[in-house]
Amino acid sequence: MKRVQFNSPYLPYLFLAPQLLVIFVFFYWPSMQAIQSSFYIEDPFGFGSTFVGFSNYSDSLFNPEYYLIAKFTGIFTALVTFFSLAIGLLLAVKADAVIRGSATYKTLLISVYAIAPPVAGLIGMMFFDQHIGPFVKLAAVFGWNMQVGINYFDTAFAMVVVSVWKQIPYNFIFFLSGLQGVPVSVREAAYIDCRSGIRRFWTVIMPLLAPTAFFLLIINVTYALFDTFGVIDVMVKDKAANNPITLVYKVYMDGFRGNDIGGSSAQSVILMIVVFAITIIQFRFIERRVHYT
Amino acid sequence: MYRTKFADHLVLIIGALFLIVPVIVAFMTSMHTAAEIHRTGLTLMPGDHFAETYTKVLTQQGGFTGQITGARMVLNSLILGLGFATGKIILSMLAAYAIVYFRFRFATLAFWIIFTTLLLPLEVRIMPSYEVMTKLHLTNTYTGLIVPLLASATGTFYFRQFFKSVPEELLEAARIDGAGPIKFFIDILVPLSKTMIAAIFIIMFVYGWNQYLWPMLMTTDESFFTLMRGIKQILQVWVGSQIPDYNEAFALAVLAILPPVLIVVVFQSWFIKGLTESDK
Repeated sequence: MKRVQFNSPYLPYLFLAPQLLVIFVFFYWPSMQAIQSSFYIEDPFGFGSTFVGFSNYSDSLFNPEYYLIAKFTGIFTALVTFFSLAIGLLLAVKADAVIRGSATYKTLLISVYAIAPPVAGLIGMMFFDQHIGPFVKLAAVFGWNMQVGINYFDTAFAMVVVSVWKQIPYNFIFFLSGLQGVPVSVREAAYIDCRSGIRRFWTVIMPLLAPTAFFLLIINVTYALFDTFGVIDVMVKDKAANNPITLVYKVYMDGFRGNDIGGSSAQSVILMIVVFAITIIQFRFIERRVHYT
Repeated sequence: MYRTKFADHLVLIIGALFLIVPVIVAFMTSMHTAAEIHRTGLTLMPGDHFAETYTKVLTQQGGFTGQITGARMVLNSLILGLGFATGKIILSMLAAYAIVYFRFRFATLAFWIIFTTLLLPLEVRIMPSYEVMTKLHLTNTYTGLIVPLLASATGTFYFRQFFKSVPEELLEAARIDGAGPIKFFIDILVPLSKTMIAAIFIIMFVYGWNQYLWPMLMTTDESFFTLMRGIKQILQVWVGSQIPDYNEAFALAVLAILPPVLIVVVFQSWFIKGLTESDK
């Protein structure tokens, strides 16, 4: 906050009012509604609802199907986060090292950033299509009968590839700008002390990049959990039957396809708690090891 | 001191190809007929049905959804993107101004009320949000499409960080010269924030344009469909058709990709600045 500030009895409230109004109506009200309806079972024909306590929660949590989806969500999030961060970092390090053509590489590598998840999913679907997909033909050469949309593992594989593809540019932008923020004097000093480029990277550059990496870790986990909805929806096309889906997709399926408002709300609340927990854990345990310069 | 190696270029070229080629293939393939695509698969060669396919997608009634043309979907996506970006900048700039530049009683409380929204994305609370929208009779309206998306703190967060980096002396000088809060905001802070506003506008436009889940729930009336909603629709039509309209799906995807990608590439430096300055 500023040392010098304005004093005004009503102006700050006036400036805050529009933002707060929107947040209360479209954020806090629905969130409260979710918590409330998670304790009720709604009549399917809309004739009122019955209070059922925690049974919506226990129905969700002790359901083997829910457990499977949670497991898939965890693995999916870990894979997407790891690969998109690793590839983004690798490309950023290389783009930082080259001089000739670096602007061209940069433009090419960030251009895909603006593609929406469902469009990425659509293009991915085509590449993994049974009739026209080159990836399916390529896999067939190695004797892998790829059936995206039918086979659980194959669909999961395609989802991970597409989700990683879409997220690389974002990580690339941040890592590159982090790398370019490393002072030249530090690099030169490190170069004199150590011949090994790999060791220099891990002992000097990487610790300086840690704040960026920490920030990106949170962003990527959130991306894999929530923003991949479009990719998944396009790939499973409302038919979750034998396809892998994430927890967020199940909230949507149960709420809008299954009309199970109470169960869907209970899952929403569980997800809210998980997101809160992840954020707190990340701040408490990971940020401690990060040194800010 | 560091000699660029061949391997560095190789990694970059492979990376760039991995990212770009799918988009180029989508564009090239969209220029062929559906039957050709079905027979020969995806291609990197341009076809000769460009005008035909794109005219059909943009103008013909009932291409996929029965009532809406591609041009109308482009227009709706534009309305969503521009409306969202404008609304976001106005709301969040005002709120950030109040939080950074004013001393008032509930400042900390207001800060936490706003920033809690960063933790819970819309996807988590879709069902109750939808119910609230039905109660307010906002389904199938542009208001219902745009305003609920504004209920998040990202923009406020960006502007708060930026305002904090504005030198204190400016405010002191302005106050000595007798400028009130409104004059300071309009004559000093807004001109100072121009680049920041441009950068956030780009980021928010792309975000709004790319929205998928919310438009999908809010619009059952086809005249409000955005391009993303159209993509969902075309995939549903596919189920059961003999030779799917691959070419039209790709054309639609290209239309959905083009505006945001062009904006990001053209305004690269602003956009990168806006994105990366905000994480401090």
